Amino acid sequence: MDSSKKIRYERPLIKPINAMMPGKTGKDTYLVPVLDVDGVPVSALVEKYGSPLFVFSERKQRENIQRAKRSFTTRYPKVHFAWSYKTNYLDGICKIFHEEGSWAEVVSGFEYDKAIRNGVSGNHIIFNGPAKTKDDLKKAITNGSFIHIDNMDELYLLSDLSDELSIKPKVAVRVNLDTEINQIWDRFGFNYENGQAWDVLCKIVRMDKFELKGLHCHIGTFILTAHAYAVAAEKMANLACNVKQKLGVNIEYLDMGGGFASKNTLKASYLGGADVCPSFDEYAEAISTAIYKAPFKTSDLPVLILETGRALIDDAACLISTVLSNKRSSSGRRFTIIDAGVNMLFTSFWYDHKVSPAQPFSKYYEDVTLYGPLCMNIDVIREFVSLPLLNRGDHLVIHNVGAYNVSQWMQFITLRPYVVQVSREGKVSVLRKRETIETIVNQESSTTDNL
Amino acid sequence: MKINANIAISQSGYIFNPQTGESFSLNPIGVEVIRMLQEEKPKETIVASIVDRYDVTASAFACDLDDFVSLLKQYEMLTDE
Ligand SMILES: Cc1ncc(COP(=O)(O)O)c(C=O)c1O
Repeated sequence: MDSSKKIRYERPLIKPINAMMPGKTGKDTYLVPVLDVDGVPVSALVEKYGSPLFVFSERKQRENIQRAKRSFTTRYPKVHFAWSYKTNYLDGICKIFHEEGSWAEVVSGFEYDKAIRNGVSGNHIIFNGPAKTKDDLKKAITNGSFIHIDNMDELYLLSDLSDELSIKPKVAVRVNLDTEINQIWDRFGFNYENGQAWDVLCKIVRMDKFELKGLHCHIGTFILTAHAYAVAAEKMANLACNVKQKLGVNIEYLDMGGGFASKNTLKASYLGGADVCPSFDEYAEAISTAIYKAPFKTSDLPVLILETGRALIDDAACLISTVLSNKRSSSGRRFTIIDAGVNMLFTSFWYDHKVSPAQPFSKYYEDVTLYGPLCMNIDVIREFVSLPLLNRGDHLVIHNVGAYNVSQWMQFITLRPYVVQVSREGKVSVLRKRETIETIVNQESSTTDNL
Repeated sequence: MKINANIAISQSGYIFNPQTGESFSLNPIGVEVIRMLQEEKPKETIVASIVDRYDVTASAFACDLDDFVSLLKQYEMLTDE
């Protein structure tokens, strides 16, 4: 038969009929094939760049930051977003956020240097983290960046550097606090409830070596209740008012950190992520209302800084992957092996990523465990997922992968793939080249040192 | 390879196995394959028939057929001869 007239092949399927009631969430998830990313066919992307492949959407990224800014500025005009570099520090991604007016939030000397290379001016960089080196701090002080103090050792080191450089470092204090949720990130900064934060603020003012500019908190990540931000903002605002009243220093900014949830579904979550994730409006309402309630004079209302990471970039990227093989478990369950593993999709440890086939399919589905290609038992992309009958060579689109993957991925067993971006005009550009064996062996060496 | 004589298959792809009391559903190509097995067609003939009409290679379909047949055995519908 002429091959162009052939019937689209589907594997023969036999499936036990279980006369079960529809589950609590109704029937199985309804999938539609995802044939393109912002108009560029998946097949063309794979042909050009291979599989697996990360694809970012400029349109979605800009939409996200613009929507977030609108939610906040319509309620509280003095707002700055500072892009959380660790969430995704590819230059092409950072630059779009900077074009949209975002500052940079960094947590290492490496990230700091990246922000400078991306053209961010020193006084628009917020330097967080528990591990800033002396050299990092010197650079940040000289550039007039905002240094968020994590611990007492850092405070004293900064005090020495202030003398050495004859510059007063611009600082904020990182505060950890109880926001009535399970996450208490008390390993960073100084505690609010037990008075540590107040003590360090008093010390900073007394030492007279610093310009005390702000207060910072980051209450956790993937916070599914906007109320936690109301609690945090109220405590932060009251602390700022106390500093003004009792220590005579005007706190110029409150930095509420990151932590807004993205549309992913957390593992073991009962409802899908898109249904439970609060909107930017809800977070903005909680934070701005709490600040307005505090006894600030109108002229003293602080600038609000947000270090939102995952909520701005997660749904702006997908990972295209290819089916390598199908097999069965000892109990007959369908196992499908794909070419993208946890080495590049770190977030599959936390999320049940939504997966869509990238070619048309019939109404026949089967229950599948989706494995990556690594020779490791932990390499599971989805433990339980209902998918159409996939053949070797079929493509899958794994959604909402823009946050933390292309920064936390590891080179393990396989090489890291291409990362590309579809522009608003539908043009494709390479954000990061696929690694080759040279990428790896060029770092290896056999020189000997006499120490 | 032979499908047990008492297995009932409807045109819409519904199968009942009276031996185990279990019922199953098939997709259209599954119905075609099981009919050919009922007719005791050898594996090579089944592969040739499918490859002739569907956009699949012989090796890809042979692999899927092995999987399908192994399930029929698990579900106690097939006797080896
Ligand atoms: C200090 C700080 N700010 C911002 C972020 C970004 O958080 P998210 O991606 O949850 O918004 C993090 C992430 O852990 C962080 O530690």
